[in-house]
Amino acid sequence: MVNLTADGVLTELQPIFEEALNMPGLSVTRGSNAMNTKNWDSLAHIELIEMVERHFKVKFALGELQDLKEVGDLVDLILEKANK
Amino acid sequence: MLNFYSCSIDDILMKRKSLRNKLSAADGLQDLRVAVLGGTTTNEVVNLFELLLLADGFRPVFHQSEYGRFYVDAVHDTQALVDFKPNIVYVHTSCLNVQNMPPLNCTETDLPGYVEIETQRFRDIWDSLESKLGCQVIQNNFELGPHAMLGNMDAVASGGQSRFIMELNVAFAKEAARRPKLLIQDLHGISSRIGLNQWFDWDRYFSYKILLTAEANLELARSLNSMVRAMYGRSRKVLVLDLDNTLWGGVIGDDGVDKIHIGRETPVAEAYTAFQEYCLSLRNRGVLLAVCSKNTESVAKTGFAHPSSILKLEHISCFKANWNPKHENILEIAAELNLGVDSFVFVDDNPAEREIVRGQVPSVAVPEVGNEVSRYAEIIDQGRYFEPVSLSKEDLERAALYANNSQRAAQQNKFANYGEYLDSLEMVAEIDSFKPVYLDRIAQLTNKTNQFNLTTKRYSLADMELAANKPDYVGLYGKLLDRFGDNGLISIVLGRRTESDLHMDLWLMSCRVLKRDMELAMLDVLVQRARAVGIQRIFGYYLPTSKNSMVAEFYSTLGFESVHGKEAGLPEGSTVWQLAVNTYTDRSTHIKITEFSNG
Repeated sequence: MVNLTADGVLTELQPIFEEALNMPGLSVTRGSNAMNTKNWDSLAHIELIEMVERHFKVKFALGELQDLKEVGDLVDLILEKANK
Repeated sequence: MLNFYSCSIDDILMKRKSLRNKLSAADGLQDLRVAVLGGTTTNEVVNLFELLLLADGFRPVFHQSEYGRFYVDAVHDTQALVDFKPNIVYVHTSCLNVQNMPPLNCTETDLPGYVEIETQRFRDIWDSLESKLGCQVIQNNFELGPHAMLGNMDAVASGGQSRFIMELNVAFAKEAARRPKLLIQDLHGISSRIGLNQWFDWDRYFSYKILLTAEANLELARSLNSMVRAMYGRSRKVLVLDLDNTLWGGVIGDDGVDKIHIGRETPVAEAYTAFQEYCLSLRNRGVLLAVCSKNTESVAKTGFAHPSSILKLEHISCFKANWNPKHENILEIAAELNLGVDSFVFVDDNPAEREIVRGQVPSVAVPEVGNEVSRYAEIIDQGRYFEPVSLSKEDLERAALYANNSQRAAQQNKFANYGEYLDSLEMVAEIDSFKPVYLDRIAQLTNKTNQFNLTTKRYSLADMELAANKPDYVGLYGKLLDRFGDNGLISIVLGRRTESDLHMDLWLMSCRVLKRDMELAMLDVLVQRARAVGIQRIFGYYLPTSKNSMVAEFYSTLGFESVHGKEAGLPEGSTVWQLAVNTYTDRSTHIKITEFSNG
């Protein structure tokens, strides 16, 4: 993935969230998190991370995921990893 | 829709929930209640298993034990399980759940005790499930551990963990043999195929106690699905095969039976032979074989009469070779065999044929075998289409009929001398005049044999055809079979006659049958043939090259006498030898030479 932008990442994340949370038409923003988003439970989270890693061909290190508080943090982490 | 038998985990993961929604909407699904008792987090394997079951016509409902509580839920807190009324209980454990690993200093004497203690833990589970539920139980055996602390010795030492896992797996197999409701899922085999480095996922284990990679969980789910299909009588029973470029290389209608690739002569031919052997071994354990080919029937059938064809017509339960669409032929095969097409697996190298069958008869399984014959068997195997849950008496009797394997294993004894060893090989040689079907191979052998080659004369196919048809040439090919199979066409002699002398233009042999006395068998037949046409002397020539010194004394060892003064015109270092035909007595004693025709 070359020249990924934060907006680009967020756009690519949309269908992944729709699928992982089983919520067709769901719109996620940088501010979305597990508290304010329906179906985002711990099991869905595991699947979501697996899908994100496979889609962007990145691997999150142990510990990195603990610091994520909302979608914006995930976007930044993906950008950092994918553009390396 | 995805082909769930062969698609990648990525294909599934990215759309699992929408696939699940779509598949659950189908009518006529069969209810199935599955309890999963896990030693680690089981959600992912359950999700994948659910999807595969849905795709195969089941509507599964799952009950999962809390993380790591497989023993307690099965033996003590059983009420939830009893209330759930499962059809199947899957005890999903891993090497991490083995509790009684022996210590490093465990002796051979003590090792069985540790195996017994651990086995008893699982017996408690199986006994409890049997008495309280009485349903089918699927218990996996164990993969090898993530680390071999003792290196290679880990599998050897009585205190080695790999050794312990293998002993435990044997103990589980024995338990399963006497418990009809206990089925063992071969985690050891599945993990070996994937590779342990692609099996364990330590990041997910430390994060969520999911021990395995998604790839590994998909293979587990596939194997579980095939076991469930087998339990409910839905394993497939018929392998429907295309012919050209599926069972042999080439197009028999264009090339003729002489030119198709099958046998031991080329890498491509070897690969088709290996695939035919795979098909035959499926047949020998009860899978029916059928042919579905676009061909003229009489021409198609000649392929099975090829001397190297492993499959014979008698192995084919239904033979359809014509120009009708393949899906129509498949429906006819189903009608003739009186079996549903949902028990069929169709194999064809042509993607267009696969597509039309998939489209027209969706319940036929059509694996994406590609067009590389070397991968067909592996891809079919991965589909687990023909999974049995038990071997019937008939299966075993049938196997006994075809058991040449057991003979191999039995012959592990030592031999008093080399001759006894040669006898044990039960060699049979087919030695005969050149035949059109072999000319390609014969010409090819003259071009690639360098070591066991007395004259190193190279022949093109056209040269060889000329020689084969001239009455003053005596040419013989030799094929050698032994207990372990067919070595193929491996020796050629070609002599040119002048009056009552025969001059050996060629004598060569493939090194794969060195030291088998095949050269003696060739000589015996050559002398017989020479005698029959009034030849009195055979002249042998050794023309040295940088590679054929191994046969410098060849004619001498065969009993030829050295002839001096005839080397004129031959390369430096050449030798000439002669043998009197009339006084020759047969020398081959370890090879049975088959009846040969004067064809």
